[in-house]
Amino acid sequence: MRRVVITGIGIYSCLGKNLEEVRQSLYMGKSGIGIDPARIEYGYRSPLTGILKRPYLKPLLDRRSRICLAEEGEYAYMATVEALQNAHIDLDYLNQNEVGILYGNDSSAKAVIDAHTLTLQTKDTTIQGSGPIFQSMNSTVTMNLSTIFRLKGINMTISAACASGSHSIGLGMTLIRHGLQDLIICGGAQETNYLSMGSFDGISAFSTRIDEPTRASRPFDKNRDGLVPSGGAATVILEEYEHAVKRGATILGEVAGYGFSSNGANISQASDSGSLIAMERALIDAQITAAEVDYINAHATSTQQGDAHEAVALNKLFAPHKTPISSTKSMTGHECWMAGASEIVYSNLMMLSSFIAPNINFEQPDDCAVNLNIVPHTLEKNIDVVLSNSFGFGGTNSALVIKKIKK
Amino acid sequence: MNRETIEKTINNFLINELEVEEALLNADALLKEDLHIDSLDFVDIAAEVEKTFGIKIKPEEMKDVKTLSQFYDYVVAKIQ
Repeated sequence: MRRVVITGIGIYSCLGKNLEEVRQSLYMGKSGIGIDPARIEYGYRSPLTGILKRPYLKPLLDRRSRICLAEEGEYAYMATVEALQNAHIDLDYLNQNEVGILYGNDSSAKAVIDAHTLTLQTKDTTIQGSGPIFQSMNSTVTMNLSTIFRLKGINMTISAACASGSHSIGLGMTLIRHGLQDLIICGGAQETNYLSMGSFDGISAFSTRIDEPTRASRPFDKNRDGLVPSGGAATVILEEYEHAVKRGATILGEVAGYGFSSNGANISQASDSGSLIAMERALIDAQITAAEVDYINAHATSTQQGDAHEAVALNKLFAPHKTPISSTKSMTGHECWMAGASEIVYSNLMMLSSFIAPNINFEQPDDCAVNLNIVPHTLEKNIDVVLSNSFGFGGTNSALVIKKIKK
Repeated sequence: MNRETIEKTINNFLINELEVEEALLNADALLKEDLHIDSLDFVDIAAEVEKTFGIKIKPEEMKDVKTLSQFYDYVVAKIQ
């Protein structure tokens, strides 16, 4: 079977604007959470969010490219530029070879709402100009990046709620494995503007620990009170192993397993059995046992029920092995559509630098987590195998296994 | 609003928003071939003209508008 490796990663998140900034934040256990005053003004129950600045793209992109990019597309552009540089792939290479893109994204709310507001005021759609249509579709990230980078392979957006980014990597791996593509830009993007998360806030899913923003996201902690929304973008360049070797690429890791499932149950609640199936399938796909996993990057978002369901599944598979577990969402908040991809980037950074980033704010273990080896402080450790979980609304589950490459 | 002001307003938009080189903005310049204004750019020009001058550009009236000078003429005539 064709093997699939990672030859480039890029990140733009509330932990930093590039790989090195993010690696340092992960190592330091630094939170990227803060308060967004616009959310208070708008009527949010909780103004907590991951804080990141939009990149200044004028020196980097022409006008047409810039005005078609929504916020999440800007982040995805930055992450992809870094990942391509990391993979030593330039525009000449992209022009001369078939490269695909599969990127996770599940909203572009601001573009839709802004265009609607303008039309409501003017009663005239043409006043919107030419940007909003290309910003407001769910596939905004892939339609823009495929144009900017002149991509000629598979080209589509994966919309699977908070598992979008993870599925994009799993599906990319599948296409490469089966010989349909050699190189695919995968990833996930998430907008962070106040218009994008109002309805999520409306179901009281967010933490209201407003007086302590950096302590608000506390997966598996007894006193967790909800998730903190966040965003940015993460890009993972997937490549067929022999193709990467022939190109002389630096191989950062191997995507060895992908497992998925659908709960077929409640629209908002996670499921221990559904997530267990995804994890087991990922391990089988990677041809490894649970005992061989060195680190689990949990989905755990800091909600009462979500973390508890995942903990049940983790207990079944990993409690006997005392496998180290952390949720980087304790620092980033929940990066939603981006999370499955960013957590592969975070895990890959940890693998490359031999440490486990902490599950910060894990102060009083919840009953569900007492038998799990949750890592509360940075742990220096060699990591050969990582399992990364991502679950989303509608019961979509994805689990990925990445490994250090063994030639 | 006099013609000079209209021309200046249009030119400022072309330079600052569409990033057209100022040196290219002569009256005989062809919108498509010389200034590289494509159909999507024209959507933005139409939106700007509507916002700034309160007139609506109709695509069917633009068939014979090929040069910058013809475009100035069109906008001036619509305003008047």
